[in-house]
Order: sequence, then C-alpha cells, then structure tokens
Amino acid sequence: MSAQQRMGFFTDTSVCIGCKACEVACKEWNDVPEDGLEFTGQSYDNTGELGASTWRHVAFVEQGSADDMDFRWLMSSDVCKHCTSAACLEVCPTGALFRTEFGTVVVQPDVCNGCGYCVAACPFGVIDRREEDGRAWKCTLCYDRLKDGLEPACAKACPTDSIQFGELEDLRVRAQGRVEELQADGVAEARLYGDDPSDGVGGFGAFFLLLDDPEVYGLPPDPVSTTRDLPDLWKHTALAAGALVAGVAAALVGRSR
Amino acid sequence: MGSNMAENHPVGFQWVMEAKRRGARIIHIDPRFSRTSAMAHDHVPLRAGSDIAFLGALINYAITNDRCFREYVCAYTNAITIVSDDFRDTEDLDGLFSGFESESCKYALGSWQYKGFEAGAAAGHRELIGEQAHGAHGGHLAHGDPPYVDHTLEDPRCVFQILKRHFSRYTPEMVEEVCGVPRERFLEVAEAVCDNSGRERTTAFVYSVGWTQHTVGVQYIRAASILQLLLGNIGRPGGGILALRGHASIQGSTDIPTLFNILPGYLPMPSAGSEDDLADWIQLSSPPTGYWGHAGDYMTSLLKAWWGPVATEDNDYCFDYLPRIDSDHSAYAALLRMDAAEVEGYLVMGENPVVGAANGKLWRKALGKLKWLVVRDLVEVETASFWRDQPDCQTEVFLLPAASHVEKSGSFTNTQRLLQWHHQAIEPPGDCRSELWFMYHLGRRVRERLRDSDDPKDRPVLDLTWEYPTEGPSADPSAEAVLREISGYRIADGTALDAYQQLADDGSTACGCWIYCGVYANDENQAARRRPGSEQTWVAPDWGWAWPLNRRILYNRASADPSGRPWSERKRYVWWDDADGKWTGEDVPDFVADKAPDYDPPEDAQAEKALRGDEPFIMQADGRAWLYAPSGLVDGPMPTHYEPQESPIDNLLYGQQSNPARRQRARADNAYHRVGDERFPFVFTTYRLTEHHTAGGMSRWLPYLSELQPEFFVEVSPALAALRGLRHREWATVSTLRAEVEARVLVTERITPLRVSDREIHQIGLPYHWGENGLARGDSANDLLSLALDPNVQIGEYKAATCDIRPGRRPR
Repeated sequence: MSAQQRMGFFTDTSVCIGCKACEVACKEWNDVPEDGLEFTGQSYDNTGELGASTWRHVAFVEQGSADDMDFRWLMSSDVCKHCTSAACLEVCPTGALFRTEFGTVVVQPDVCNGCGYCVAACPFGVIDRREEDGRAWKCTLCYDRLKDGLEPACAKACPTDSIQFGELEDLRVRAQGRVEELQADGVAEARLYGDDPSDGVGGFGAFFLLLDDPEVYGLPPDPVSTTRDLPDLWKHTALAAGALVAGVAAALVGRSR
Repeated sequence: MGSNMAENHPVGFQWVMEAKRRGARIIHIDPRFSRTSAMAHDHVPLRAGSDIAFLGALINYAITNDRCFREYVCAYTNAITIVSDDFRDTEDLDGLFSGFESESCKYALGSWQYKGFEAGAAAGHRELIGEQAHGAHGGHLAHGDPPYVDHTLEDPRCVFQILKRHFSRYTPEMVEEVCGVPRERFLEVAEAVCDNSGRERTTAFVYSVGWTQHTVGVQYIRAASILQLLLGNIGRPGGGILALRGHASIQGSTDIPTLFNILPGYLPMPSAGSEDDLADWIQLSSPPTGYWGHAGDYMTSLLKAWWGPVATEDNDYCFDYLPRIDSDHSAYAALLRMDAAEVEGYLVMGENPVVGAANGKLWRKALGKLKWLVVRDLVEVETASFWRDQPDCQTEVFLLPAASHVEKSGSFTNTQRLLQWHHQAIEPPGDCRSELWFMYHLGRRVRERLRDSDDPKDRPVLDLTWEYPTEGPSADPSAEAVLREISGYRIADGTALDAYQQLADDGSTACGCWIYCGVYANDENQAARRRPGSEQTWVAPDWGWAWPLNRRILYNRASADPSGRPWSERKRYVWWDDADGKWTGEDVPDFVADKAPDYDPPEDAQAEKALRGDEPFIMQADGRAWLYAPSGLVDGPMPTHYEPQESPIDNLLYGQQSNPARRQRARADNAYHRVGDERFPFVFTTYRLTEHHTAGGMSRWLPYLSELQPEFFVEVSPALAALRGLRHREWATVSTLRAEVEARVLVTERITPLRVSDREIHQIGLPYHWGENGLARGDSANDLLSLALDPNVQIGEYKAATCDIRPGRRPR
C-alpha cells in the first residue's frame, strides 16, 4: 500500500447552484445543531458565516444592476481551509487540534478545554466556540468517513460536483485544467484561490475556483498564518532582551569603575 | 421556460450543468432571475403570463424565415391535412375560434375537425374532460389517412397555411409590447433555437408549473410542441419537451391516476349515459387506426386485474363495477361542493391544500363544513389543524401518521417515464404507516364489514382481488406484489407478461396499467435495476425501467428519415436495418419491429397495422404529430395568447381578453380583479425555493431546512421598493380581494420592472411554502390567489395575478 496522500477539497464555485445540500448533509452527518432561524436579507443566505454550528456556508453575491446584461448571482460554498500552516493547531495548548493522517486539521472535542486561542488565531474566522459548551468546533473534513474510505458528506451530497474531494495533488491539477477550460470559454475572471503552497498559510487543503476577487465572497485576499512570524518575533525579542542585558551590564560595569 | 430547474430539481439539473460543460447553450426565459438564470448563458425576463406570445413569435419566426425542418414537417406532422370548411380562426373572429357558445362559455368542437371527417358521437362529453376524452387521439380514419391532404402545403385550408396565418401577428415587435422583451433579445433567442435545430442538431425545452398553472396552461405546452415539431425536435436525441414535475412520482400519479377522469394508463373513465357496456366504451375509445385501436385489450386486462375470476365475458368483465362520470369532480369542484355542505367526508393524503392550493381561506371555510376529515401526513400540517382557528367547527379530524419514503419500499416514476425502485431502509416509528398499508388494510376492514351484505352496490368492493402478501412487523403489503400485478400476468398460469402487445380482450390476461406492462418481465423487478452508467451504453437501458417497454425516447421512429435512415450520423438513434429486416439502434424502437419503412397498409388493416411504415406517431389515428389538434382540447385547436384572469393590461393581440373557455367561479369569497384595476396594479407570481418542499410538510418542521429559509419573504425590485416605500428586511403587506398576507421585504435586482404596452409593469415574487405550524412560520402566499382554471385539466392560475403591496404588517 502506498503512503497516505494528503486529502482535501476543491470547491469549483463556477458550477455551484446554491442548493445548500452541502450545509444540510454536513449537519446531518456530524450532528451539528441548528444555528438560528433568522432572516438576514443577504440575498438567499440566511446562514451568514462559518461558525461553531455551521461548517459549510454558501455565500450568495448579487452583482450589478438587472438593467445591464452582465448581472451575476455568484454562489460559493465556503469551508475550513485545512491550512498547511494551521495557526489554530499551532496555538492549541491542549493538543485538541491535531493533524490527521490525511493531512487535515481536526479538533478532538473530548480534549478541547475551550481556551479559545484557536479562534483568535484562524486567519479566516472559521473555527469558533459554541456558546452552550464553550468548546471549539469546525469542519473535520469528515474524519470518521475518511477512515472508512468514504468521501465527506458535503461532497457526496453536492449534485453538480462543485465540491470535489480527493488527493490534494490531483485536485490541484484538475483545478488548473478547469480554470484553463473556463478561460478558453471566455470566463476570463476565473481564478484559483488557496492552491499555492507558497502563500501565507502554505496553501489550503481545501481550495477554491472563484469568479471574482476573494473579498467579493468575504474571503481574505492574502491570508497569512498568525503564527508564521512568531519565530522571527521571538528572535527579535531575544535580541532586544540581549541588548538590554548588555546595556545594563555595561552601565553597571561603568558605575563600578 | 416556466421552470426554475436549478432550484426545484437540483439533482436533475446536474445534467444541465454537464451539458453546459460539453458546450450546450442554456437560455432561461422566465419572469425572475433565479438560481437557474445564474447558471444559464442568457436570462430573458418576460412578463408572467405572456409565454404563448413569446412561443407564438418563435413559431412565426421559424415559418416566415424558412427555418422549419421541412422534410420532417411534411412527412411526420399533420401540416398537409385539409381542415373543415366550417373552421374559423382567431384571425377571423378577433380572438375566438368557431363554435363558441357564449352562454355556456364552451366551444362546440365539430368545426375544428379535418375536412371530410364526421365527428364521433362522443363529441358531447369531450367538453368535460378534454385531452383525456374519447376520440382525443383522432377519429375514425379509413386506412389511417385524413380524407384531404396537400403535400405541397400550399392549400390555404391545409394545417400549415392555417398555422402560418394564425401566428402571423406574433412578431418581434409584438413580443416587445406584450412580453416586455426587447425585440433584439427575442431575435437572439429565435436565432439560437433555429441554428441549433435541424438534421445535425436538436434543441430541448424544459418546463414546469410556470407553464401549466394558467387559465390557458395546456396551450402553453401545445405551443412548445408546435415549435418543436416545426424544427424537427421530437422523437430525436437531445430534443423533446421535458415536463419537470412538482415532486417525486407526480408522473406516476397520472400514469396510475389520482384524477377523477382517467383510469390507469390514460384510459378514459366511462361517462354516465353514453357507455352502458364495454362494447360502447371500446367503440368510443378505440379509433380503428393507431395503438389506441387496442383499447379493448387494455381495459379488459385492467378489469381482470381488479376483479379477477369474477370478471367474465358473461358479465362484461365487471365493466358495470366502474364508476361513471356525471360531472366535474376535480379538486376545486369538490372544494365548492364541500363549501355548499354537499360533501360529508374527505381524505387528504400527502397534501396540504390549505397552504398549497389557491385561496386558502376558502379551503379552511369549506373544510369546516365536512362531517369528517382524514389527513395522513408526516406532521400536523395546516390542513389538519385548520379547526383550531374555528371555535364552532364541528368537523371531526383524524390525523394519521404516515411513513416517509425511507420507511417503505416502492417506485418513483419521474418525468422521463423512468421507474426507479426504492428499498425500505428502516421500519417506520410508532404508528406511522405507508400509504399502501393504509389503503390495503382500510379495504380489508371495509370488506370485512360488508361481508354479509347482499346489496348489489357492495359487490364491486367485495369482488375486488385484494390478496397481497404482507411483510414486516406492521404487516405492510408487499409493494413488489402490487408492481407485479400492475405489470400483468397470464390468467392461466400466472406467468408474468413482458409487453403490452401480449394483452388480450378475451379475459386471458390481467394488467393493472397497460403502459407499465413489462416492468415485472421475467418475474424480475425491472425498476430496481441499477447498473452504473459507466458499465453500459450512453442510453443506459439497464438503469430502472421506462414505460412503455423500457423505451427512453418516445416516437423515436422520427429519429430516422422516412426511408429509415438516420437524419444525420451525429443524431443517429433508431434506424431500419435492411439486412435483418427490422428496426434497430440505441434504444428500443417505438415502432412495430419488422414494419418496413415502405409498408403500405391493406385497406382493411386495423390499429397499428393501419399506419404506414413512415408514420412514427403511432398513438395518433393518422400516425402523424399534430401541429393542429382537431380534437382533444376544449379551448382551441391552436394556442392563442390570452391575458391571465387578472392582468394589468388589455390583450394587445385580440378583442378577446382571456381564454373564453376558462373556468371561472366568481363569488364573494373568490372575487376577481378587473383588467387594469388601479387598486391592484402589480403582477405577482408564486413559487418555490430549494430549501423548502411544496406546502412545507416535509421541510418546515426540520431545523436544518427551516434555518436556511426561516421566514416568508416577498421579492421586489428597487424601483417598486422606492415607489411604495418598502424597506429591505422590514414588513410589507400584499393584498388581493381574497386575502392580505404579510412578509419580509427582500429588495433585489433579480426582479426587474418591464416595459409593457408603453408602461412600466412591476412584478412581485412570493415563495409559497409557509403556514402557521412548524419551525419556520409565516403567512401563505397562495391565500392571495383565486380559483380560475384551465378548462382542459382544471388546474389553477397560480403563476400570474394582480395585487397591491404596502409597507407594514397586515391588520389583525
């Protein structure tokens, strides 16, 4: 048997029909509670954002005026990015957050102590604490299903294959082909988001094909792991501290003279 | 057109997305910009209720620009047929056809017939039951040929010329005026459709209740049929007209009907007075030519399935046991009788008419006059709880818990006539039971009660074949045993039948629905077959089973030219194999397997044998598709643009405002708005969202669905919001003479005002899922609607009416 490859999602928003089957399938499989019966008025999106009780979120973006022929209604299913450099995991003091054999990032609810460091650390605002129990929750990329050789519930339920699950390397190749296909069809604005291993989080384990700038979908244009600069910071701190010690020592030495 | 496929049929829509990926152009012509529009290459908004004007202009465009598929039209349609000298068109009578009787608001249909054709004796009750009537598929044509034809299509009385003249005023300029679609946009669509049709290419139309739910709904579909025939898009791969149904197995519920006027397999229900015995019925139902010539085989086999050994030649196979139609017993007719306290009891199964049907207030009032009401559903839907708001209500309501689809086995029949089996996954909880369990045990108990009766009226119930094996802890009858009976068997040895051609009128076969004959061929449940697409041909004949005979495309003989060769290699599907002397191809040929293309029937030939080898439309008496319908419809042989019952404008095409034969029920509790009534200046349309299911019984009680669309909202354009002072997310009240409902305001660019007849028309969108029960609650949009019905099928006009809208909540 070959070594386990890193698994992930490629969400091709160009074929998302906004049915929200991913949201429902996710909640059914993972037993995620209802997240409020509120009419938001944000187009057809009454979910709002990802959170402790919403692990898939379909955004609806109405663009332009109906009078112009370029009116667009963009739909996109957002999810935890399962970052290569996952700040949530790095700041977790209890080890509740860990990287699985599939390269995904998962919280163990029985270990999480609810400190909330991960919530502040996530550059996308994905992970969140549930008010009722204080613990942090997010997409597990259906870790239990993966262990049984099944694809995640959202990908399984998606009728148009907007959500594709597979080996990350394969997905990146497939996604590149899809972008080229769309661009050849005149969809010049098609682009990938999160597929680049040299970005601020080392590339996403769950990346996207978008039809506009990430900000349009409520996504950060250039996400950076909040822990990326920590080693540098510590180095600077150490230098500063060293300088301080040297200064003080020099002063003392001087005085003693 | 008239469909929001991405939202209401998301699973089927994956194939539209697949077609798009492979290069198909998707055009969405619909009043609103929906999730379907978002996926289409083009969205063309038009005024709700104006589709026939648009389709008529496409027909006119194809004819006047010589874009028809002429060989196909001449060979396979009734374009050549000469129509009666007595026929007068809407062109002659300012929007009426000949035969209109203003007192009864009905048409006498005789003058619409082919020249030289004598109208049958059944003409009288055609008026009542329309397209399912006797003679609807054609009359008694000797040799399968109409008496007078003109193959040059030049005769001014031939169908082609009549059609051409009828649609001549449907111009791009008229589309701009009536539909609010700029003529350039219309021409883009017309070009695209014509360019994509012909020998090498085919175009498909998809529609849903956006077409059917009108006072002229059947004619919407007729208009598309005419266009598709003129362009050669019927009976060929990639062509056709797809009717997407409202929910799972609605196709099945017309095949094996829940309708008052047809029996299984579209056999007409006998009428009181005109069909005293089986011979009368066969005579009226069996045109001597075409496959309906075997109606006697189908009916006799049905009677044998129902009454088994009791049904014999001597007692006319129990034909007398069948009920007879004495008047209109459709849903709304029953509602009005209920309101007049003429209906004692009512069974509602898997339906929530108080929310889902027009004029909910009238429904609640009428239900309160019943003595008893049975509602079978998953939850306490509003139809079961209406009495809570009526302190003096005397109706005794029984709410019986139903099993869901995963808790029972059975088949779904989808829009393409495909039966797919679903297996029970778990036992239903508590007292929940399947429909099959309910009907079987109800019948069993009724028969038990009647066992000692000697009243002749109880014989039909007592003599029924009612023995089904039961299974499981709740003694559920075997759904497969029922399917086997529907599929049919030989009386002598009980062996399963393979094909409807094996049915006989001598009592030797039993079959519960002739078009389903063979779904249990070889004593196997063919509907349960699930060979993956990757392991078979692209037509996928081994997935489920399609009626009839597992054919995937009806009338597929039309995919070959008259001589039996494919019209083009690119679109080859079914063709004549000269060497083998039979039809062959990708699908089961919809034709007599060994009938050669040059077959010429002998003078005395009957049924399908009377049709020539180049006539693919084998259910019609003349073997041809009907551009012009000489019978079968009660409101005209060709579609005509009429305004909805309620419209802000006059009909710009004719003096006749609305469908003259529509069924109106004007009364205080069902009042209509006048044309151009200033109190109700806006057009509204009701519809569904992906997140909920129809009247809400399967979604409003579920937290995961309710949170996705928690509240009733009304969609308005920024312009209308400014005009009426409506504020986003706040309340608005929508009113008609029937009701006032309140909803949250969603201001969106997806709704556009249209310029129609030199004025701006505002359209309002209302999803109709909500009611007062469940987790996601709200007023019911359908309360706003009136009963105004299509005369052919008694369906209501849900898709276009007028209203007013004001800011704020409704008065309490």
